[in-house]
Amino acid sequence: MRRFTSVFLYILLGVLTIAAARANWINAYIQIIIMFIGINIILSTSLNLVNGYMGEFSVGHAGFMAVGAYVTSVLNIWFFTNSQVFGSSLLSPSSALYLFPVTLLLGGVGAALVGLLVAIPSFRTRGDYLAIITLAVSYIVKSSIENIQVIGGARGFMGMRNIVNSMQEMVNLPWVMVWTFIAVGLTVWIIHRFVNSIHGKGIVALRDDEIASEIMGIDTHRMKLTAFMLSSGLAGIAGGLFAHILGYINPGTFTIMKSTEILVMVYLGGMGSLSGSVLSAIVFTLLLELFRPLQVVKWVVIPLLLILLMMFRPEGLLGHRELSDVFPRLSRIFSPRERQA
Amino acid sequence: MFYQELIQNLLNALQWGSFYALIALGYTLVYGVLLLINFAHGDIFMVGSYIGFFVATLLLGQYAGLMPVHLPPLLVFLLTLFITMILTAGVGVTLERVAYRPLRRKGASRLYVVITALMCGLLLENGNLALLGANRRSFPELFTKTVYTIGGVTFSNVKILVIITTILVFVLLETIVRKTKIGMAMRAISYDRMAVPLMGIPIDTVIVFTFILGSSMAALAGVLFAISYPVLEPYMGALVGWKAFIAAVLGGIGEIRGALVGGFLLGFVEIFVAASFPSTLRDLIAFSVLLIFLSFKPTGIFGVARATKI
Repeated sequence: MRRFTSVFLYILLGVLTIAAARANWINAYIQIIIMFIGINIILSTSLNLVNGYMGEFSVGHAGFMAVGAYVTSVLNIWFFTNSQVFGSSLLSPSSALYLFPVTLLLGGVGAALVGLLVAIPSFRTRGDYLAIITLAVSYIVKSSIENIQVIGGARGFMGMRNIVNSMQEMVNLPWVMVWTFIAVGLTVWIIHRFVNSIHGKGIVALRDDEIASEIMGIDTHRMKLTAFMLSSGLAGIAGGLFAHILGYINPGTFTIMKSTEILVMVYLGGMGSLSGSVLSAIVFTLLLELFRPLQVVKWVVIPLLLILLMMFRPEGLLGHRELSDVFPRLSRIFSPRERQA
Repeated sequence: MFYQELIQNLLNALQWGSFYALIALGYTLVYGVLLLINFAHGDIFMVGSYIGFFVATLLLGQYAGLMPVHLPPLLVFLLTLFITMILTAGVGVTLERVAYRPLRRKGASRLYVVITALMCGLLLENGNLALLGANRRSFPELFTKTVYTIGGVTFSNVKILVIITTILVFVLLETIVRKTKIGMAMRAISYDRMAVPLMGIPIDTVIVFTFILGSSMAALAGVLFAISYPVLEPYMGALVGWKAFIAAVLGGIGEIRGALVGGFLLGFVEIFVAASFPSTLRDLIAFSVLLIFLSFKPTGIFGVARATKI
């Protein structure tokens, strides 16, 4: 029974928050922040899979997010709304309610396929050169989107608000928030299961010594492929949600700055620590909002914080440890399985 | 007609590649010694051109009363270069002392140093934005641009200056690294960091020297860039810096020849893409070339794979 306590707690939190949003107890601003926290949790945990558990240095996570955002948005607009670009809707707008998770998933699949662009070169190279490849892929994605005029090019793409509205007309719930909660829960669960599975152990072995792990019979190519595609696919899902929260996306959103933000979250939380990533995504998003009145100075304070962090606690808040290792009593709530060597 | 265009583009590519090469030299020097990607280097380039701006306007007497004598243009140019290089080297060394050295002393993982470097870059960019504001500044004209036309090919004296300076700098650095004692120490550190202090080589001095070299090259690139394209903004170093880094990797990071060749190569790719395709495709094709190239030769042109031991 104890194994499911954390799941129950999470569902309770989700239902309460959604109910509060539905009843307008929390205003739109706070709702958006809650959703951004969710997105950032997906992004930081998925990047942690590559940068923390696998020990690579990916600096182009925002590129995958962009792919997911665009694929999901374009599919939704194409299928469910009447737009000048794609003509009248193929399916009735009301079916968006059921098919939204499908398009979200397709966005993830699209991003995972772009992740192949990084995964395949990673067979032959790693470290700094791979970092460049991830950077190049994110620039290629951004630049391609800018050059496809059908989806708005550099001007951006909008209309996702209609999808959200038509979903809300059917059943009056804050649907994006519902899906954010579901996606966050599933992401954390998947990554948790993944890193504790035989694949996860293989990835950690890869980080510690690639050649030795190959000798021990680990299929390194398959491990790398799975990790990169899972990570980029999850980022794509986060991107799809992100597009529907804002209702407008443009390639300028998914720059190296966005990637840096995600990197900051991963290293703030600590590499190879799932609960650390979740925690730091929450803390970082709230910090960003707190510093919003500072405007430009915000981006001076954040790097400074991280530099100080690197100097005095380079392993992040929880480096290679989980929350339940720091506070052993927590493992009463969370299952004993969460504990990790 | 075709040849004229070709030579014209070739000249443009050489100039554009020169900036990449000059910045890439800084990346490669630091990487060669410390195995650290100094991601703040692109922003040191930006700081360099800003410092150049302030020095030049001071020397030209644009701040009332601060500059009593009127200097001849050539002297102003040389002084600007010299002072900017010294000041920017100071910035680079400060970064090394304040941010990188404590981490190195602690023996922190290389990754943490890379993150710190990234953050230092952001700090410089946004610190500049916060201090000086977002308005662009135009760099003063230090000497009159003359445009020559030979056989239908036009080029300015600035273009020639940039290209020649880059080649001279390359020769100078190559000599320093290959022929002098401190260059030998630099190569030794990259070869075996543990053994070098045992031989009585002051490792920190050599590292500071490397940062001085790299940052002053970035300052040189900054001033030359500002003379060629006289608009300064805080984010100018970001994209150019990343591309210069790509040039360094393309040539094989850690190799001085590689930085030069990679820089020029990237310049050629970008200019010829812009000349024959819509210019919005420039970044796309440049990065695709890089991706394909690195997939087939992951260590760059001159790079050698480091042997991994179990």
